[in-house]
Amino acid sequence: MAKQHKAVALISGGLDSMLAVRVLQEQGIEVEGINFYTGFCVEGHTHAIRNHDKDKQKRNNALWAAEQLGIKLHIVDVIEEYKDVLLNPKHGYGANMNPCLDCKIFMVNKAVEWVKDNHKDGFDFIITGEVIGQRPMSQRKQTMPIVAKESGADDILLRPLCAKNLPETRPELEGWVDRDKLYDFSGRNRKPQMALAEQFGFTDYASPAGGCCFLTDKNYSDKLVDLWKGRGSREYEMDDIMLLKVGRHLRPKPEFKLIIARDAGESKFLEGYRKQFVTIQVVSHNGPLTIVDGDICSDDFELAAGIVARYGQGRDAEQVEVQISESGKELQTIMIKPLPSEKVLEEWHV
Amino acid sequence: MSEYELDARRLLCPMPVIKTQNKVKELAVGDILSVICTDPGVLSDIPAWARINGHELVGSYENDTEITITIRVGS
Repeated sequence: MAKQHKAVALISGGLDSMLAVRVLQEQGIEVEGINFYTGFCVEGHTHAIRNHDKDKQKRNNALWAAEQLGIKLHIVDVIEEYKDVLLNPKHGYGANMNPCLDCKIFMVNKAVEWVKDNHKDGFDFIITGEVIGQRPMSQRKQTMPIVAKESGADDILLRPLCAKNLPETRPELEGWVDRDKLYDFSGRNRKPQMALAEQFGFTDYASPAGGCCFLTDKNYSDKLVDLWKGRGSREYEMDDIMLLKVGRHLRPKPEFKLIIARDAGESKFLEGYRKQFVTIQVVSHNGPLTIVDGDICSDDFELAAGIVARYGQGRDAEQVEVQISESGKELQTIMIKPLPSEKVLEEWHV
Repeated sequence: MSEYELDARRLLCPMPVIKTQNKVKELAVGDILSVICTDPGVLSDIPAWARINGHELVGSYENDTEITITIRVGS
């Protein structure tokens, strides 16, 4: 009996990786999925922290895609290892702080390691949903061989959606897959993917254009650079990168930044950080919970409280009561006039 | 069969799923694992993860602050 060949697929949760998997399933290849969590992955749940997004369906796209495809999914925490990719990208950054090419090389390399670690399960090769010309940095004709070589995957990396535009890989040469039944997609035009999705009966899928990483977002990248500048160091922890996704960020002094919840959903989320940070909240009126990231001295409490009060329902009051809380210290209460909007300087907004 | 509890409070998805997945690797078929979480995203993600990886959702319980999801480890 012929050997049942197995592939592990990098699953982002987007359409291309779903199509790549289904193309191989159609050829009788057994596929399992792998998804790497860097901490910067855009998750529906992160958006759903905010009140106005509560109606959005909460789902992890990678898990959802795996379920549609009927494959197992292994989610791997690479937060610590990813720091080196972000901080020292050999191939540089894209338009923002996105090290897309290094990221792709890293993820394929992690898949290679995973295949070795799980050799008893008999995986033969790795697939991705990459398409030549789809992404300006990581998915170009010139970068495809770079990813294969520098990841260590070499000829066991197959891109089913654009394989016909690339040299033959081992799965094709060995006859594990039929090259004639692979595709030759290229460029940013999504019509071929849409047509294939229709052919496979995929009617619901995550945003086809991708956008699965916060590092490609300018606002997020600006906040990350500000965080590093404020600390004088490019080190970061998981909580730091989560907090960049939440709230309104204002830096009135180089030493500290205010993260002001934009609604009750974000206030509830920030509650979880009370023990780690100085927190500021207006208590005489409804207002957002604010956490102070950095070193704030008591001389700056009035400034910070005045800014926070500006974003609560007491913004037009003569005075509001503000509580400043620091873990292990006595709760402080101050009366303050909220800063008028013209005194909340534009350059404070990160 | 043994029963286990996993603390995934304050973690945002997919971290509770990853912690669940890694804990399940240490357990035997039939063991029961209760995961205590605060991110409501787990209500869809842990059951989805369990379904696609062959584990059984025993139940989920939610109060004002926490969500507990219980699964039985499959083969």
